[in-house]
Amino acid sequence: MKKLSARRRHPLAAVVVLLLALAATGGLYAAFAPASKAQADETAQSLAIDEGKKLYSVGCASCHGTGGQGTTDGPQLVGVGSAAVDFQVGTGRMPAQQPGAQVPKKKVIYTQAEIDQLAAYVASLGAGPIVPTKSQVSPEGADVAKGGDLFRTNCAQCHNFTGEGGALTKGKYAPSLEGVDPKHIYEAMQTGPQSMPSFPDSTMPEQQKKDIIAYIKTVNSSESASPGGLSLGGLGPVSEGLFGWIFGLGALIAVAIWVAAHTAKAKKS
Amino acid sequence: MSSQEIPEENLPAEQDAAHGAVEGAGDPFADPGLPAHKPRIQDIDERAANRSERAVAFMFTLSMLATVGFIASYVIFPVDKIVYIFPFGHVSALNFSLGLTLGVALFAIGAGAVHWARTLMSDVEVADDRHAIAAEPEVKAKVLADFAAGAEESAFGRRKLIRNTMFGALALVPLAGVVLLRDLGPLPEKKLRSTLWAKGKQLINMNTMEPLRPEDVVVGSLTFAMPEGLEEDAHDFQVQIAKAALMIIRIEPDNIKDKREREWAHEGIVAFSKICTHVGCPISLYEQQTHHVLCPCHQSTFDLSDGARVIFGPAGHALPQLRIGVNSEGNLEALGDFEEPVGPAFWERG
Repeated sequence: MKKLSARRRHPLAAVVVLLLALAATGGLYAAFAPASKAQADETAQSLAIDEGKKLYSVGCASCHGTGGQGTTDGPQLVGVGSAAVDFQVGTGRMPAQQPGAQVPKKKVIYTQAEIDQLAAYVASLGAGPIVPTKSQVSPEGADVAKGGDLFRTNCAQCHNFTGEGGALTKGKYAPSLEGVDPKHIYEAMQTGPQSMPSFPDSTMPEQQKKDIIAYIKTVNSSESASPGGLSLGGLGPVSEGLFGWIFGLGALIAVAIWVAAHTAKAKKS
Repeated sequence: MSSQEIPEENLPAEQDAAHGAVEGAGDPFADPGLPAHKPRIQDIDERAANRSERAVAFMFTLSMLATVGFIASYVIFPVDKIVYIFPFGHVSALNFSLGLTLGVALFAIGAGAVHWARTLMSDVEVADDRHAIAAEPEVKAKVLADFAAGAEESAFGRRKLIRNTMFGALALVPLAGVVLLRDLGPLPEKKLRSTLWAKGKQLINMNTMEPLRPEDVVVGSLTFAMPEGLEEDAHDFQVQIAKAALMIIRIEPDNIKDKREREWAHEGIVAFSKICTHVGCPISLYEQQTHHVLCPCHQSTFDLSDGARVIFGPAGHALPQLRIGVNSEGNLEALGDFEEPVGPAFWERG
């Protein structure tokens, strides 16, 4: 003890004490935390709904009504399901910045935990499509070729053959699917956000949604092969033709001008 | 006027000598003639000429090598090999090498030819006189006299029967060619007026290839259907689906504005032709909030909640609606064919 006391003014003494204190705190927390977590599990669902309701009252109720019944500024949310909330809030579309032809994708302002709480609350208002599990959206066990077939039948008319997006009427548009989380693609098919029609499991079974997601991942990602070289945005023959006319012919004209501008004469004039 | 006829005093050197450098003096529009020829380095220096020759030969050799490379690439690379090439990304090795080698082969021929013409072929300016276009008066008179004599001898103007029958024969002969155009294909006959849809044919979901049931179709969803009995590998599948393809949507019956549409629907489930009535593009850019359908080709827009009325664009008719009901098995079925021809208008459509 005397030995210890003699070293109490050692420069590292403070560090040692701090480490001991931290270890003690951590140990105590480890001892008590599991118990409180077990308690939380039992009421997790109702807690999430309560928390979600608080978030809802602050961020959503002004347009969608205090009980999700909808107002003139926003549609009713009874029966839209947790998938719709996860899509709309998880892609930053909701809360909307301003009314307009279409609510665009933007920075997500809620954490995933908050989005889950909001989703739990909205799902409690009425049954609807639920957020898919990881295995429902993973490309494993998916048929890419079949997905391409389904994509061209159901999706390509608006989202373009490789999911580059396209224009609709009066300022509305089908967004590009590049870099969109497979979960959000699945939720969009289930719920039909904004102008998009829904493709419920009754007419497009779960496996087919998986196939479509695998197809989009194959043709529209940074790893996708573009056998022809520059894809030029994948927007089709008009943009490709324009590129050819402007840059192809432009290069030929530039070469012709360069050749004509350089005289071959020995004495430059 | 040719260079040979330019008066000596109008040539630049003579002008300066005659009038000094007085500005505006003399004829301001005088033809200055051709400037003196200036030689190129290759015209003076044989070694430079040999260098140019080697450069041209190098271009042509490069072209030959590129062509050999083109053939080699065609043999070496499998058609599905994908490689990463900056800045193009993941591209087909075959397409990339074929394009690059053929491009070099053609460009090198052109570049060699241009370099050859610019540095080695003669660049001495040559002037050729232009001649009058009109013939001499004697020649003209003789031609006219010969023509008049010929017309007189043939009795073309006098024997009108011959002249008129000849005109008739010449006018009729081209009809032979016109008649042969009939072989371009069979006449459409009644094919434009009917589709595969008929009373009792079930609506097949094109995703699952199973019959559609009314409970499958929810408000806000979009489904595509084809008639029962049409197989995707049938030889006339494309011909038939091009007329029979359907868009199936569901609208709350109270929100359907058109009375006939509500009657032809089944509990708000409506079936419309997917073929645009303008020029026949497949049309299914459906906006579920407004029930508008947009055609991607020419932006014709139809309101599916109001009898698919045209609300914008060049289409001349509403989209035809198929009358549907439910059969004893609880599946959706057609209650007949479309009442009017689907797709674009045609001459005898009425």
